[in-house]
Amino acid sequence: MKWLSRVYNGIIFLFLYLPIVVLVIFSFNDSKNRARWDGFTLDWYKDLFQNELILESLKVTLTVAVLAALVATVIGTAAAVGIHGMNQRLKRTFLFVNNIPMVSPEIVSGVALMLMFVFIYRATGLLRPGFATLLIAHITFCIPYVVLQVMPKLRQMNRHMYEAALDLGCSPVSAFVRVVMPEIMPGVVTGALMAFTISLDDFVISYFNSGSTAQTLSVTIYSMTKKPITPEINALSTLMFGAVLLLLLLVNLGQIRDGAQKAKSARR
Amino acid sequence: MKKLAIFLVAALLLPFALCGCANKAENTLNVFNWGEYIDDEILDVNRAFEEATGIKVNYKTFDSNESMYTLISTGAADYDVIFPSDYMVGKMIDEGLLAELNFDNIPNYQYIDEKYRNMLYDPENRYSVPYMWGTVGIFYNTKYVSREEVESQGWGILWNKKYKDKIYMFDNPRDAFAVAEAYLGYSLNTTNEGEIRAAYDKLIEQKDLLQGYYMDQIFQKMINEEGWIAPYYAGDGSVMMDPEEGNTDIAFYAPPGTNMFVDAMCVLKSSDMKAEAEAYINFLCSTDAALANTEYIGYSTPHTEAHKKLDPEWASDPMYYPDADFLKTTEVFLTLPDKTNKLMNELWIKLKIH
Repeated sequence: MKWLSRVYNGIIFLFLYLPIVVLVIFSFNDSKNRARWDGFTLDWYKDLFQNELILESLKVTLTVAVLAALVATVIGTAAAVGIHGMNQRLKRTFLFVNNIPMVSPEIVSGVALMLMFVFIYRATGLLRPGFATLLIAHITFCIPYVVLQVMPKLRQMNRHMYEAALDLGCSPVSAFVRVVMPEIMPGVVTGALMAFTISLDDFVISYFNSGSTAQTLSVTIYSMTKKPITPEINALSTLMFGAVLLLLLLVNLGQIRDGAQKAKSARR
Repeated sequence: MKKLAIFLVAALLLPFALCGCANKAENTLNVFNWGEYIDDEILDVNRAFEEATGIKVNYKTFDSNESMYTLISTGAADYDVIFPSDYMVGKMIDEGLLAELNFDNIPNYQYIDEKYRNMLYDPENRYSVPYMWGTVGIFYNTKYVSREEVESQGWGILWNKKYKDKIYMFDNPRDAFAVAEAYLGYSLNTTNEGEIRAAYDKLIEQKDLLQGYYMDQIFQKMINEEGWIAPYYAGDGSVMMDPEEGNTDIAFYAPPGTNMFVDAMCVLKSSDMKAEAEAYINFLCSTDAALANTEYIGYSTPHTEAHKKLDPEWASDPMYYPDADFLKTTEVFLTLPDKTNKLMNELWIKLKIH
């Protein structure tokens, strides 16, 4: 029976990673043809770093992803703490409202945000569609994911620890920073990472909200389909995949080490 | 608590302070073009323009006329120069989105061949300057399909049962309906409901014979001989038939009465940099830029001087530059009435789920 589960696992991972492996391999292919291997080359990587349009979009994508993750984490964590302190009925209502943007189709959020920004711009002249609207849109759809990651950590935390900290002379702020934050930190970090990757991933919402000054990578790549896509995109995807993988490894290793340290100090 | 609140507010506002400076800089021209539709290797046209004029170019790309139109018409994006195709130029003129051009600022317009001026979508040529053009025809693999067969059957080859599962078709309603309409001998701009329904019946009939509806995947599939016959844009032959990256067994035939398309340069009425926008269009109509663009993109140029300087083998190839008699038989897409568009889109969806 064991071999069966191994084979099953193998197939699942094959399906998940085979496309990425193919993508990586063909980023080194000395031909534009995706069915023929013409030898190893790094030309596509060289071309990539000379393609201004792609590099500029990459800059926009990364800037938006980092800023959106940061801001959404701050807002989302604060929201989670607030929701956690509510009574059951209110809590359920807020969590329900929080879930709606996640389950509603992206295109609805994208168009809705676009119409709102256009309305605001026409009415007040503020928020010209561009980087600012793109960032606000990204923050908006990232917040629910952060809330969802932080809530369970708050639930797991012993309610009385915060009160104990207050009793022992902490101000509310320092009690939050010294007692609550360390407890929910893993959730906050996962939330931030999730916000980052979801922002990086997004196409539909960016498409409608980037105005004329900020175009994300996904939108740029999509517009390249008039001609066959060059392996430069393979090269770029390989680099991004590698970077995200590294980030995940670092975070996970950090958490494992933290866990080990905590276990050690608990034993003492 | 106050300190924390101040910190939070500061943290939240910081990104917006940062992006304040990322917003529209002075003297920057916003250009919206098709993806991969300008030379960035030979001359690097946008850089060259910046160096020549000192005007900065903020260059962004779109994937289809319809998505470009959505962003412009809702006001979600404010560009100065855009590159719509023929029928979209007509639509945007009708809706008052385009600015009338001052041709005194575009002296290089003199190089644009008479043949491509005053096209039906812009009859007095007041709003647009042609950028690239081409025809639609049939790409086929000579290993499996003979030239005589294609030339005698014309569009009918796309309905030939012998080549079941080896035929591709456009994956967008306007081009797909145009092929069926051309096959039936109707106008490509027909608004007659009966004719459009007849074209739909033809497309239904064809669906069983198709390997699939594709757009850019057609390149790889044709090159790798997964399929043998596909209607597509003549200019893309430069990729498909390339001796190194493509497949030299592929040939091209454009039946008379086919679609001729023109992608044009226009300035939006909402632009507050009209003179700079016209300078940009003028620069793209300079011989060097037009030559670099047509060499890079592979589509046909309407620019007389660039055409003269092009590699003679290319410049005289009837695939890219068919003679005037043939061009007379072709038809340029015009803006269809909303009712016709709606019918076509409905039938297209019905076809896809059939």
